[in-house]
Amino acid sequence: MVRFLEQFINGLSVGSVYALIALGYTMVYGIARMINFAHGDIIMVGAYVLYVCKSIIGLPSIVSVIVTIVFCSLLGITIEKIAYKPLRKAPSLAVLITAIGMSFLLQALSLLIFGANPITFPSVIKVSPIYIGSITISGITIITFVVTFICMIGLTYFVNNTKAGSAMRAASEDKPAAELMGINVNRTISMVFAIGSALAGVAGFLYISQYQSLMPTLGALPGIKAFVAAVLGGIGSIPGAMLGGIMLGVIESLSKAYISTQLADAIVFGILVIVLIVKPSGLLGKNSIEKV
Amino acid sequence: MEKKASNNMNLKNNKNFNKKIIAVVGIVVGYILISLLANGDLLSRQFKSLIVPAGINIILAVSLNLTVGFLGELSLGHAGFMSIGAYTAALFTLNMNLPGPLEFMIAIVLAGLIAGLFGYLIGVPVLRLRGDYLAIVTLAFGEIIRSLINSFKFTGGAIGLSKIPRYSNYTWVYVLVILTILLSYNFVTSRYGRAIKSIRENYIAAETIGIKVSRYKTLTFAIAAFFAGVAGALYSHNFGVLRPSDFDYNKSIEILVIVVLGGMGSIRGSVIAAILLTILPEALRAVNEFRMLLYAIVLIIMMLLRSPDLRAKIEENEKLPKFIKNFGKIKEGGI
Repeated sequence: MVRFLEQFINGLSVGSVYALIALGYTMVYGIARMINFAHGDIIMVGAYVLYVCKSIIGLPSIVSVIVTIVFCSLLGITIEKIAYKPLRKAPSLAVLITAIGMSFLLQALSLLIFGANPITFPSVIKVSPIYIGSITISGITIITFVVTFICMIGLTYFVNNTKAGSAMRAASEDKPAAELMGINVNRTISMVFAIGSALAGVAGFLYISQYQSLMPTLGALPGIKAFVAAVLGGIGSIPGAMLGGIMLGVIESLSKAYISTQLADAIVFGILVIVLIVKPSGLLGKNSIEKV
Repeated sequence: MEKKASNNMNLKNNKNFNKKIIAVVGIVVGYILISLLANGDLLSRQFKSLIVPAGINIILAVSLNLTVGFLGELSLGHAGFMSIGAYTAALFTLNMNLPGPLEFMIAIVLAGLIAGLFGYLIGVPVLRLRGDYLAIVTLAFGEIIRSLINSFKFTGGAIGLSKIPRYSNYTWVYVLVILTILLSYNFVTSRYGRAIKSIRENYIAAETIGIKVSRYKTLTFAIAAFFAGVAGALYSHNFGVLRPSDFDYNKSIEILVIVVLGGMGSIRGSVIAAILLTILPEALRAVNEFRMLLYAIVLIIMMLLRSPDLRAKIEENEKLPKFIKNFGKIKEGGI
C-alpha cells in the first residue's frame, strides 16, 4: 500500500509536468490548428537556459527561473513568426514538416553549443521533504504541485475572465469572424505561443529539477507524451489537458512500477491509439464536424 | 480514316516500345556502372561501403514518398516498419540453414510481407484519422514497435542481434532498388495511383466520386510498409548487427528529410536526394555535427518555399534565374 501511494504521488508529480506541457500543445492546437512539434524542445531550451543562468553566470535561483521563462516565451514567439506564420495558408502537411524541422533545429543547435554528453545539473529547489506516516514526499514534488496549481488557476482565470482571454477563445472558434469583431488575430496567436512556451519553460525548470541531467534530446519524449496527454483530455480543451496530463503521469508511473519499465512507453502510446480509435475527441473535447 | 487511326495506334505503341527499350538499356548500363564503381579503383573503400546504404535509403525514400508525396499523409513510423523487416529477415537467416542466396531471397520476401501486414494492421485503425492525428499515431506505432523489440527475448532485447550473415551486396541492392522504383512508378501511374492522388488533393471530392478513401489509404500504407521491410532486410544483412536503437524516431525523420528534399511526389527526386544525403555526411566527415542542423534547415527551407506569399514573390521577380524559380515548386500531377 505504501509503495502504491508513493508511486501514485510520483505519478501525480510527473503528470503535473506533463499537464503543463500539454497546456501549451492544446492552446496552440486550438488556435493555430497545428501540432507544434518544437514545443517539447522548448522544455529542453528552458532547462539549458536555467543551467547557463545558474551554474555559468551564477545568478540567484529566482532570477534564473524568471529569465528562463521570459527566454522561452520570446523563443516561442520567434519560432511562430519565422516558421509558422508564412505557412498559415499552406496545407497542414507543410506546417507539420516545418514544425518537425524546428524541433530538429533546436536540438541541433543545443548539440552544437553544449555537446552530446549529459551535463549534471543539481536541482535549484531546496525544500526539505515531508513525511506522512511512512510515506515520503520530496521537496521537488511539493514545489511541482504548488507551481502547477498556480499556473493552472492563473491560466483558467486568464482565459475565462480577461479580454485577451476571450479574444483567444474567439480566435480559436472562428478566425475570420473574430477578425471582423476587431480582434487582432495575429497578435492573439503570438500571445498563445508566448503563454504556451512560458509554460514549457516552467515545465523545463520542474523537469530538470527532477531528473538533474541535461541532454539535447531531453525534451523530445516528454513532449510527445504530453501531446498524448492533450489528445487524451481532448485537444483544444484546457481542463482536458490538465486532466489528461495527470492521468497519463499516474498511468505511466504505475505501469513502470507494476508491469515493466521497458513497456511503459508502449503502454502510454497504446493509450493514445486506443483513445484515437474509440473517442478521437478525447475525454473532455468537443466533437467537431468537418464541413465542405 | 480507319487507317489513320490504326497508324496513330502503331505510333503510340512504337513510342511506348521505344521507351521500354530505353528503360531496359538504362537498367543494364546502370548495373554495369555500379559494378565498375564497386569493383574498380574509382572509389575509395569508404565510398564503396556507401553503395549499399545509398540503395537502402532509395528504397526507404521512394516507399515513404508513396504515403507522404502521393497520398499526402505524413507517416512518422517508417523506421518502425523497417525494423520489423530487419528483425524478420535476420531471425529467418539466423535460424534457417538454407543455401545463402535462396535463404536471403526468402528472407527478403518474408520481411516485406510481414512489414506489409503490420502496415495493413496499423492502417486499419487509423483509417478514420487524417493529417496531424495520423502523423502522431504513426509516430506512436513506431515507438511501440521499438519498445516491444527492446523488451522481447527472441529479438535480443536492447543488445540486439549479431552474427547475421552479410549477404547484402551491390547486386542485391541494385535489383531491389530497380524493382522498387518500377513497381512504385507503375503503382502511381495506375488507376490506384490516380485514386490516391485524388485523395491527396481533396478527400471529400474523391469520396463523392466513389473512391473508397479508407481502402486506398490502407493499401498505400501496406505497400509502403512492404518496401520498408525489404529495405530493413537489406540493412540487417549489411552490417551483420541489429540494435533497436537503430530504428528510432530520428531514423524516420531522416527518411522524411530525403523525401522532402527530393520533392514530395517525385520518385526521381527521392532517388537523387537519397544518394546525395547518403554521400554528403560521409564526404563532410569534419562537420558531422552539422548533419542534424543540415536536416533541420532542409525541412524548414523546403517548406517555407511552398508558402503562397513567398512563391508569388519569387515568381514575380524577373531577375532570378529560372532554376531557382522552379526549386521547391509544387508539381501538378507529376511523378
